[in-house]
Amino acid sequence: MIPELGNFALVLALLLALAQGTLPLAGAARGTQSWMNLARPAAQGQFVFVAIAFGCLTYSFVTNDFSVLYVASNSNSGLPLQYRVAGVWGGHEGSLLLWVLMLSLWTMAVSVFSRHLPDDIIARVLGVLGLVSVGFLCFMLFTSNPFDRLLPAAMDGRDLNPLLQDPGMVIHPPMLYMGYVGFSVAFAFAIAALLSGRLDATWARWSRPWTTAAWMFLTLGIALGSWWAYYELGWGGWWFWDPVENASFMPWLMGTALIHSLAVTEKRGAFKSWTVLLAIFAFALSLLGTFLVRSGVLTSVHAFATDPKRGIFILAFLVVVIGGSLTLFAWRANRVGLGGQFDVVSRESFLLTNNVLLAVAAGSVLLGTLYPLFLDALNLGKLSVGPPYFETVFVPLMAPALFLMGVGPMARWKQAHVPELATRFKWAFAVAVAGGLLLPLTMGTWTPMASFGLLLAVWIVASSLTTLASRLKQTPGSGIAKWRAQSRSYYGMLLAHMGVAVFVVGVTMVKSFEAEKDVKLAPGESVELGGYTFRFDALNDVKGPNYVAVRGTFAVTQGASAVGMMYPEKRMYHVQKNAMTEAAINTRFTRDLYVSLGEPVEAGDGKAWVVRVQVKPFVDWIWGGCVLMALGGLLAVLDKRYRLATRRQSAPLPASDARLTAAS
Amino acid sequence: MHKSLFLFIILVCIGLSGAAPSRAADDAALEQRVQRLSEELRCLVCQNQSLADSHAGLAIDLKNQVREKLKQGASEKEVIAFMTERYGDFVLYRPPVKGTTLLLWFGPGLLMVAGLIALFARLRRRASETVEPSLTIDERARAVALLEGRTPGNPRK
Amino acid sequence: MKWWLWPLGLFLVLAVFLGVGLTLNPREVPSPLIGKSAPHFQLPQLHDPEKTFSQKDMLGKVWVLNVWASWCGPCREEHPVWVDLAKTQVVPIYGLNYKDKRADSIAWLKRYGDPYVLSVADTEGRIGIDYGVYGVPETYLIDKAGVIRYKHIGPVYPSVLKEKILPLIAKLNGNA
Repeated sequence: MIPELGNFALVLALLLALAQGTLPLAGAARGTQSWMNLARPAAQGQFVFVAIAFGCLTYSFVTNDFSVLYVASNSNSGLPLQYRVAGVWGGHEGSLLLWVLMLSLWTMAVSVFSRHLPDDIIARVLGVLGLVSVGFLCFMLFTSNPFDRLLPAAMDGRDLNPLLQDPGMVIHPPMLYMGYVGFSVAFAFAIAALLSGRLDATWARWSRPWTTAAWMFLTLGIALGSWWAYYELGWGGWWFWDPVENASFMPWLMGTALIHSLAVTEKRGAFKSWTVLLAIFAFALSLLGTFLVRSGVLTSVHAFATDPKRGIFILAFLVVVIGGSLTLFAWRANRVGLGGQFDVVSRESFLLTNNVLLAVAAGSVLLGTLYPLFLDALNLGKLSVGPPYFETVFVPLMAPALFLMGVGPMARWKQAHVPELATRFKWAFAVAVAGGLLLPLTMGTWTPMASFGLLLAVWIVASSLTTLASRLKQTPGSGIAKWRAQSRSYYGMLLAHMGVAVFVVGVTMVKSFEAEKDVKLAPGESVELGGYTFRFDALNDVKGPNYVAVRGTFAVTQGASAVGMMYPEKRMYHVQKNAMTEAAINTRFTRDLYVSLGEPVEAGDGKAWVVRVQVKPFVDWIWGGCVLMALGGLLAVLDKRYRLATRRQSAPLPASDARLTAAS
Repeated sequence: MHKSLFLFIILVCIGLSGAAPSRAADDAALEQRVQRLSEELRCLVCQNQSLADSHAGLAIDLKNQVREKLKQGASEKEVIAFMTERYGDFVLYRPPVKGTTLLLWFGPGLLMVAGLIALFARLRRRASETVEPSLTIDERARAVALLEGRTPGNPRK
Repeated sequence: MKWWLWPLGLFLVLAVFLGVGLTLNPREVPSPLIGKSAPHFQLPQLHDPEKTFSQKDMLGKVWVLNVWASWCGPCREEHPVWVDLAKTQVVPIYGLNYKDKRADSIAWLKRYGDPYVLSVADTEGRIGIDYGVYGVPETYLIDKAGVIRYKHIGPVYPSVLKEKILPLIAKLNGNA
């Protein structure tokens, strides 16, 4: 009964989405107030029904209703409760429902937090979001219904993929989807602006907090995914340039460019068509990611089971949504005014240069990801594009962007002077060079790559602090008052940039100084790596709720002092018969020790294993940096001026003036 | 159909694993070369791992081959040639530079140069096109107020 | 051309590629060995390890080399196809027993039937690597000059045999 209820709720949600996607848009075009007024209730009703459907599916999982095909395929009566809940989004159909839930949640948020927006704008924004929702609900109902029955019911389920039975899996997809789907709001604002012809600084101000919020979630989602891969896949890598990872990274790069471009548009009313294009691209890449993951056109470690019919549906949807909006863009973009004036050397220009670099980076990832497909489609052979390619291409693109990150915040808006900038940054640059040259020596060896990476990281920190110091000096008042006079979004920017620096330190140190060894070890033997001694003490059988495992016991010492015990496992899950490597990780502020069991060595007494031990300096800084970036985003979203804008908007403003610019 | 193919690959992975263990060498320098080289080679069984990462039986065999060849004094190039003769360019995570990969290798660089040139051309043109000073919202509201004969100073009336 | 048309154009090109991509199988790796001489081997025979067998022994004949193992599940799936084909005597089938234990393989053949003229034991998997084997079963069709003309990865189903392999055998035999 419950699954049918869920199915029915989805149908009702689709009907409401249809209403939300058509009438308000038509109303805005014709000026019919009553039609425009439908947008909010329709959006909120849609959210309620999607939430009901989601609740129904969760209920089916929790109660082990194996007469539902999706539950039978992704759960098992032996599965612990928390993973039964996470199992809701453990497969294609349910994760699609999560997508739709997130979409309706964002839509709901827009309908609630946008009281200050003009009626026609809000009608258009919600209308566009409604249309996107129609597409996904149709996709779900017609090709991938999570409520499909399995008759007769299965005795027991086929279990959730053991890789996904992990706390990281419980939160990674919701975060990631919040980010992915969040860009639909920026997209909807962009389309609304194009439709209304009112593409101005106010538009940028409205969509800025939404974009930053989505970006924040995406940052966290990607970081969580990377961290999960690191400890769960069992071989110590944290980023593989796998198509599915790239699918989440491309919208992130575009979104980052968009955030910075929105700053220029809000400040100067300039480069509006470019900003709109970035908003369309960010969401287009989110949709493309969905296509790549769910259609099976590329091989990937973590793609869903695929079905060509689904691929065709998403492709068609992609063509309608993206093709449609790019057509709208081509039609409207030429009518956009130029905006305010600024110099070739100015903060605006630095931001836009960074923008170009980020967009090119996203384009390169796209090229590398799809290149095997291009060649194959043209019958020119098969090849692989992997980490060595991306690393070769990516570093030269990102290095100047990181350098500009230091310069940009210091440069004046409108007009900056190179000699003045040079004087201001003299010290920051000297510190960066010294740091870059000397810091690698603390690790014992000096390599150009390590030196360069650390130079960039120190540069970002030093130049940011220089900027902060001079900003504080210019602020009147004393002590704490000076600090409090700076806006939250300024601190947000600072924090996010520091996050990038921390991230760069992590990546540089891991890439330059990580050590690993694959050795054959029997209990009693030990191996030495990077100053640590790993002694293999024992091997035991252990029993989990739905798996059996062998667990190794390793005692780790550094010189004479004990570091700790580590317990890597090799698990065999009962239902899917998958062997899973559960690595043991010993974390300290500046390094991780990583031990994983490979394969048993058959020869000999049968107790020896191939063991992989790794020392990974500063690896946790990678994710720590991402968390700082996300926190920076959070601070920026909470900035007072977005709420100030709320009040100010109530006073009538001269509507559309291309040269109108917003106060800081 | 696709699902069964996937299962088949999983089965193959499991079937092949646990065969011969990796013969990890004692020679650290050699081991580092083996490691670096096998990070550039794609495991064909579990296709989205490098040979270095994969525990599949075939990957271990191939890694042993790499080690043996290097030990015999083969260069990295020769080992890569050995692999591509048997498995094609598909095994290389770093695609070779040739006619069909020119766009792949030089596309990003070209895109960056083109993007930066376009941006600076546009910035220069803009700087000469927009001459009027722009107003902030507050300035504008004050100007409107002045024009309407109200007292300036409070932009919100 | 106006720059704002570019994004749309590029996107449409991309969409066409994605559409074509849906019809392709990204997992299939074509062998670079097709059209090249079959790599050399000289391996002990499975049933009679005293004797060896080499690909050279087959010069002048069109033949099938099938890579199999007793631990390989999908091999059992395709096995009836070979057993039936062997009965028709259209083509001699030789087995490359890949990374297997001798006793296991012989028992396996006893149980499911032995379509092979003979099998050779590649215990270490060396020859497998030379032939670019990455997923068992794999099947090679080699012509009279000792050149590999066709390779199939994964189980050979009756449809593959009928549509691809048999016509090619007829062609290779007819042309000589």
